[in-house]
Amino acid sequence: MTFEYAPALESRAIVSIAPSYGLFINGEFVDPTSGKMFKTINPATEEVLAEISEANQSDVNAAVNSARRAYDRIWSVMSGRDRAKYLFRIARLLQERAREFAVLETLDNGKPIRESRDIDVPLAAAHFFYYAGWADKLEYAGLGPNPAPLGVAGQIIPWNFPLLMLAWKLAPALACGNTVVLKPAETTSLTALLFAEICQQADLPPGVVNILTGAGDTGRMIVEHDGINKIAFTGSTEVGKSIQRALAGTNKKLTLELGGKAANIIFDDAPIDQAVEGIVDGIFFNQGHVCCAGSRLLLQESIAEETIAALKLRLQTLRLGDPLDKNTDIGAINSREQLDKIEELIKAGDAEGAERWTAPCEIPQQGWWCAPTIFTNVTQAHRIAREEIFGPVLSVLTFRTPDEAVEKANKTPFGLSAGIWSEKGSRILWMAKQLRAGVIWANTFNRFDPTSPFGGYKESGFGREGGIQGLSAYLQHANASDDQARGTS
Amino acid sequence: MNDRVEVRKTYKLFIGGAFPRSESGRTYEVHDTDDKFLANAAKASRKDGRDAVLAARKGFAAWSSATAYNRGQVLYRVAEVMEGRREQFITDVQAAEGLGDKKSARVVDSAIDRLVWYAGWADKYAQVLGNTNPVAGPYFNFTIPEPTGVVAAVAPQDSSLLGLVSVIAPIVVTGNALIVIASTKCPIPAITLTEVLATADVPNGVINVLTGDPAEITPWLASHGDVNAIDLTGVTSQDLAKQLEIEAAGTVKRVRRPAQPNWLTTPDLGRLASFVEIKTVWHPIGA
Repeated sequence: MTFEYAPALESRAIVSIAPSYGLFINGEFVDPTSGKMFKTINPATEEVLAEISEANQSDVNAAVNSARRAYDRIWSVMSGRDRAKYLFRIARLLQERAREFAVLETLDNGKPIRESRDIDVPLAAAHFFYYAGWADKLEYAGLGPNPAPLGVAGQIIPWNFPLLMLAWKLAPALACGNTVVLKPAETTSLTALLFAEICQQADLPPGVVNILTGAGDTGRMIVEHDGINKIAFTGSTEVGKSIQRALAGTNKKLTLELGGKAANIIFDDAPIDQAVEGIVDGIFFNQGHVCCAGSRLLLQESIAEETIAALKLRLQTLRLGDPLDKNTDIGAINSREQLDKIEELIKAGDAEGAERWTAPCEIPQQGWWCAPTIFTNVTQAHRIAREEIFGPVLSVLTFRTPDEAVEKANKTPFGLSAGIWSEKGSRILWMAKQLRAGVIWANTFNRFDPTSPFGGYKESGFGREGGIQGLSAYLQHANASDDQARGTS
Repeated sequence: MNDRVEVRKTYKLFIGGAFPRSESGRTYEVHDTDDKFLANAAKASRKDGRDAVLAARKGFAAWSSATAYNRGQVLYRVAEVMEGRREQFITDVQAAEGLGDKKSARVVDSAIDRLVWYAGWADKYAQVLGNTNPVAGPYFNFTIPEPTGVVAAVAPQDSSLLGLVSVIAPIVVTGNALIVIASTKCPIPAITLTEVLATADVPNGVINVLTGDPAEITPWLASHGDVNAIDLTGVTSQDLAKQLEIEAAGTVKRVRRPAQPNWLTTPDLGRLASFVEIKTVWHPIGA
């Protein structure tokens, strides 16, 4: 049975995209010194949306200097109460212009408008609202009576949740009194640049937030800059390791939020229909471009067949297509490059002998797309069970006992998240303790909240974003010399 | 009875609750501050380091699942046994650090008191570092600290007992297992401490103590796939510290950089918080 839907397109009239954007340094948009520009593309249509500036070393110098001036003269000496008010303003401005941000995010990223409208943008505003309230209460952060900011923070964020990751980085850093040089991912700069307008509307003092667009080279220049006191990075484990290496022997602090290969574990007493919804949320939310995605489904053997059948049925109802359509469940893959990576791993799954099933959906002519894909007969040794695919591809494995589930779930260098589905409370709490991962979702998956700390174990990184724990990534004891030695944690 | 020939001790490593010599068969001479020969200490090799990681991983399984109450009692027990050997420690520290009677006693007493301080944290730090979170939705959400895993630490070079204890205690009280490399030039207080650990109900493998040259052993620990964190407190060479951080990045280890704090002051929770992971659990609320 199929349902026909009339298109329900969100209007893009609310957004006006400039033909080109400068760098946001010291409160103003300026042309890049190099004059070099790159294109940002709507992944659903391959249409060029705008030209973006590529920041070079002298731009990075200017941004860091501007952040340092703002730190020394204004932001670190301003009362927490006043910093809070700026952050509250930003939260409100984001709420006021929420629809505009949602449409722009969907255009630039390819994610369904339903997600950018209901998740990315409201959560971004909520993050500012939450950390705004911390700015004048930092003596309660657990770091002594007068905790001090770190200085100038360099923040490098990914393309999967562009505005939300900006909020996760900026809100706690600013609340604690740091100033920031932020680099969005090169394929998704537009909402960060629109956020720069929010900073202007909020009358945020110039230099407190600087936004540099560019690719990996720009990021490296920020990481290696002597004027930076702290680096916060969200992205691939590979790049995270190179940043940790680059900071070796320096006094810079570091927090890393890296890759994942989360197990979503379904026990035989779980309500299967709810679990199926959780599996879908776990791996097909945001086209699977989620570091904490539940990409390894661990099914208890006795319910494996039944669950896979129910899952396949459910996936046939998912609608892939125009991200601006309010009915769309699966949007576009963010870039050609990412689609190539996903397809390469799908081929590896085929070649290694796993059994592939692909949801029957029509793929649009233009743009980059990947239909929801499930692999069964997967072994732990397969690449699709070990490597982060970062796409709508689920690897299914089975287990018999809770011990076996724990062993399989933990047998990965990653440790970002995990899911548990069971009606038995004692088992859930036991599993939650055994799983070596920073976020455990029991009978739910992919929930986020500004009050809830997020971050990984092992090679998924260190440090937390969100909650009271998120403050310690941007604060230090005011007078404990021993504390200065805390490097990367 | 000055003509009695004293019975001298062979100083060995402490791995997995046992006292092996270095598998390399090597030793090095230890002298007091007047350059008088004290002992031949074992010179641990990279193989000893790897054996210690194996032992620590085994120790971690038991120790991390022990109750907080139990861990607190074990650490307190270490303090009790140290108190019983107080005179020996004072003599050891005197020889190692060249301190006078009074200062040496103060250092030993501080080390014992430091252990008692950390022992008391065993069942409290989770209440300070953890919490419930008021998420905007029908979910119960809580955050707890858990041990990082296997930690490799370089003990301070100068503060051979107090510094050592101040590095060890926060790592193990939180449920981690540890490989610590004692002060190279004054390892004897650390070796005496291993005799205390062996008789104080510390499960085998939870604390492993190596003597030798950190520059030789630590690169293998920093790059080891089964070590989760490194504490570089006692690393005195900036080049070595940098090299170890680079090695550690290969598996995204948690790193505490070198430091020379005043060990006599009461610490904050910084060290303890360095070797825990923050875990957050969500569950729906519904009738």
